[in-house]
Amino acid sequence: MSSAIKRGVSLYSYQNETFQGKMSLEDCIRTSAELGARGIEIIGEQTFWGWPEYGAADADVDNWHRLIAQYDCVPVSHDFMLDYKRYKGREMPFEEQVASVRNDIDFGARLGMKYIRALVSIAPEVLVAAAPHAEERGIKILIEVHAPLHFDHPWIIRHAEAFEKSGSDALGFLPDMGMFLFAFPPVWKERFLRLGVPQAIADYVVKAYEDRVLSEYVILNVQQMGGTGPAIAMAETLRHNAAFEPKRMLDHMSRIHNIHGKFYQMTEDYVEPSIPYDEIVKVLQQGGFQGYICSEYEGNRWIEDAEEPNSVEQVRRQQVMLARLLGETEVPSLKTPIAA
Amino acid sequence: MMDNKMIVEGSLQSVEGGFSFLGRLPYYRGLGLSMIEDIQVTVDGTVQPREAVRFAVRGRTYTLDEMETVYDNRWNFGEKATIIVLNGGLTPGAHAITFAVRYRVSYLPFVPTTKDTKELALAA
Repeated sequence: MSSAIKRGVSLYSYQNETFQGKMSLEDCIRTSAELGARGIEIIGEQTFWGWPEYGAADADVDNWHRLIAQYDCVPVSHDFMLDYKRYKGREMPFEEQVASVRNDIDFGARLGMKYIRALVSIAPEVLVAAAPHAEERGIKILIEVHAPLHFDHPWIIRHAEAFEKSGSDALGFLPDMGMFLFAFPPVWKERFLRLGVPQAIADYVVKAYEDRVLSEYVILNVQQMGGTGPAIAMAETLRHNAAFEPKRMLDHMSRIHNIHGKFYQMTEDYVEPSIPYDEIVKVLQQGGFQGYICSEYEGNRWIEDAEEPNSVEQVRRQQVMLARLLGETEVPSLKTPIAA
Repeated sequence: MMDNKMIVEGSLQSVEGGFSFLGRLPYYRGLGLSMIEDIQVTVDGTVQPREAVRFAVRGRTYTLDEMETVYDNRWNFGEKATIIVLNGGLTPGAHAITFAVRYRVSYLPFVPTTKDTKELALAA
């Protein structure tokens, strides 16, 4: 039996190729659709040149709608940024931040999105103030719960409380699965080794992560092992990452509407070595989640110094894994190669 | 990210009063120009003065000081901007160019500087 949970892709995943002009928007959408990942999430300003400073061209937005229809896809989320540090030396005033969010709500609606994604550093008051406009436009604003933050962090609890108090159902959460990092990612370790971290220190950090040792102890131990520069940086990744538990999402299911299927590496046998997708899918099913899990490949930046990332192959592997975990009988496969 | 793709290969050219090359922002999105804090160009080990640097996209050219208050234009994702250095010009042949960009990102608790160094040849 197939699941109520649906598969999608954040086009963030293909950034290495789109940055270089090796994949067009059509390539991204067609590739995702062929894999059966029909939910499309974008970072608006990555996909649409001009947004927000000088606006997205009508022709580009028309092209978006044409491609979504042609490949039978569904617009899911426009991830907005809200650059509240736009002005040097002073933060953007509150009312201007709210107006900026309203602008992104309108852009999300123009693209046919259901959701817009707010970065986790945005204050709850800004989102609450923008909620009535979101309701009018049929959009939900989802704050991305992303490592090092997590569902038990006071900042996220403040958001949850503000959302409840507002009474608006246009406010919710978009959890990034990177917060459930249960093992130190092999691609991170390999990168730090290339940067010159001694093997013994790299092995120690990986083991300490596995043993759930407090980050500050690991950093001190690495210093005492003679670690400098990149070795300290490797230990410091433990400050920003932890193996929080997927079941912590269960208290918030009524406000969780979209999922970032973050991954750093998919092996040839369809395993993400550091993020527990079997457990994640079980929890989401238990919680009655019916939205999209959107692939978010972030291994590119960890391997690009050594090899050219192959984002499409990485996304394909993750989609095969997700389809399996969701009980789909068909194995996702690509039909059209990307022209070089 | 994309650090090694900042300088566009083969893009070094002579311009009146100096030279230019194409540069990309090493980031998964673009940025409004007011958030570009500094662009530092080093040629064969010599840092070029900030005042000598110009940034041009889509037919508009800015000094780095001007960019700090530009709110209606941006350096788009993957966009090849023309980086101009008014240093009086370079001799033909190979030059080691280092291109460093410091940019202000709202959600980051630090201000990153990212750089790329490539050897580019200037045609005679």
